[in-house]
Amino acid sequence: MAKYMLLIYGDAARWDAMTPAERNAHDAAHQAFSEAAGARVLGGEELESAPTATTVRGDGAGELITTDGPFLDTKEALGGFYLIEAADLDEVTRLAALLPEVRAEHSAVEIRPVVFHG
Amino acid sequence: MNDAVVAAVASAHRRDWAQVLATTAQLTRDLDLAEECTQDAFAQALLVWADSGVPDRPGAWLTQVARNRARDVLRREAAFRRTLPLLVSDETVPGPEDLIADDRLRLIFTCCHPGLGREARVALTLRLVCGLSTAEVARAFLVPESTMAARITRAKRKIATARIPYRVPSADQLGERVGAVLQVVHLIFTTGHTAPAGPELLRRDLSGCAVRLARLLHLLMPNDTEVSALLALLLLNEARAESRLGPDGRLRLLSEQDRSRWDAALIAEGTALLAGALRRRPPSRYAIEAAIAAVHAEAPSWAETDWGEIVALYTVLRRMWPGSPVVTLNRAAAIGMRDGPQAGLDALEPLLREPALATYAYLSATRADFLRRLGRWAAAVTAYEEALALTGNEVERAFLAERLDEVRGHLTG
Repeated sequence: MAKYMLLIYGDAARWDAMTPAERNAHDAAHQAFSEAAGARVLGGEELESAPTATTVRGDGAGELITTDGPFLDTKEALGGFYLIEAADLDEVTRLAALLPEVRAEHSAVEIRPVVFHG
Repeated sequence: MNDAVVAAVASAHRRDWAQVLATTAQLTRDLDLAEECTQDAFAQALLVWADSGVPDRPGAWLTQVARNRARDVLRREAAFRRTLPLLVSDETVPGPEDLIADDRLRLIFTCCHPGLGREARVALTLRLVCGLSTAEVARAFLVPESTMAARITRAKRKIATARIPYRVPSADQLGERVGAVLQVVHLIFTTGHTAPAGPELLRRDLSGCAVRLARLLHLLMPNDTEVSALLALLLLNEARAESRLGPDGRLRLLSEQDRSRWDAALIAEGTALLAGALRRRPPSRYAIEAAIAAVHAEAPSWAETDWGEIVALYTVLRRMWPGSPVVTLNRAAAIGMRDGPQAGLDALEPLLREPALATYAYLSATRADFLRRLGRWAAAVTAYEEALALTGNEVERAFLAERLDEVRGHLTG
């Protein structure tokens, strides 16, 4: 078994514009994903929107610089994640395909293998 | 070294490379090591067969040698190898029942996994399944050998790290995955059919590899109509390969080819496969393209070709594949044959503003031919010059240069 991170990217404005009915369907799809994946879900959260992010970095001289906003300022933002345990890429792809963000044209799910440290 | 041994090794290379590598990979669970051991087994064959003769079953001999070598390496490097990511090859997910669990299929589906980029899929398939050297693969795609080597290494690393499984996909993923494999096979064939650059018109090593792959897929998946259709398409095109060059080494257009040199056996085989594929609905893109090739193959001469049927088939293809300006171009060329050069020129008109075709030599060449046939010499000269500037294949360039000279002659005369 190996671990994979599912990174859910999309247009936050489109997520915010969902009607209550769309929101319910969306949440139900995440519920269905969680049930299908069962114990293979090691964790996962929906993130607050990118404008609420704070980025901390060094200035190269040992001082900290704290800035408002995400590290990458893009139209498509990271909206949430799941940490999954799966046998291989085919299995995790099959699970990821259950996520509603895969169906909407403004969003997608990036699958990243997690480094195995033994 | 005697010629018979060299020929036997070359023939085993064509026939057995994929099987030897695929079976060895099952043992090593590491594509790099499997590739190394396979290469080594073929090198051994050249030496050993010269001494003790060609074995009765060369494939089995090669597999044995490759696997023995793999076992040695695995034993010697056991400690180091424990830290490497291994191919995932467990068989807990049973494959679809009408599929033979064949090692070569595992290898093909792994090399053509959609998690790999298209260029990487083609490169890996040529290297690991067809056994072309990295230098040969690089030459086919006009990149430096070091670039191709890096591309292949990166792809193998992704297979191991992201755990792309060494397995025939399960039924729910099979459709998409077969499609990805066929796309790779088709691309290899078209690259071989007219080399993008260089002195040769055809790269028979590439088209031959594509035909062998399509035959293997058809053997292992006899009920997949898309596979049958692709094999039909390749065979119907391959049947004409010999006649595409004249004895003088010059390009022969379809209209000029000696049809008695077409391979009747391949045409019969392709037509029969196509008939089977068309019995199931809806036909795939490859079935329509094969049907177009079949209309040409069955026409007694260029003049007697059923252009109405060809236009109709391109219309179906365009409906299936609305985004492809190349299909529209081919349809326009067929309209020009059915209704005359002016009608062809009119059908090409909207394509002149198509950005995807801005550097597509066949658009300029098709236009040039219609203008030539209309006697519009000045415009034809410009169009031939344009086509020449966009063409990299030297045999095609020689043909275009000859036509350009001919129309220039009319201009001054």
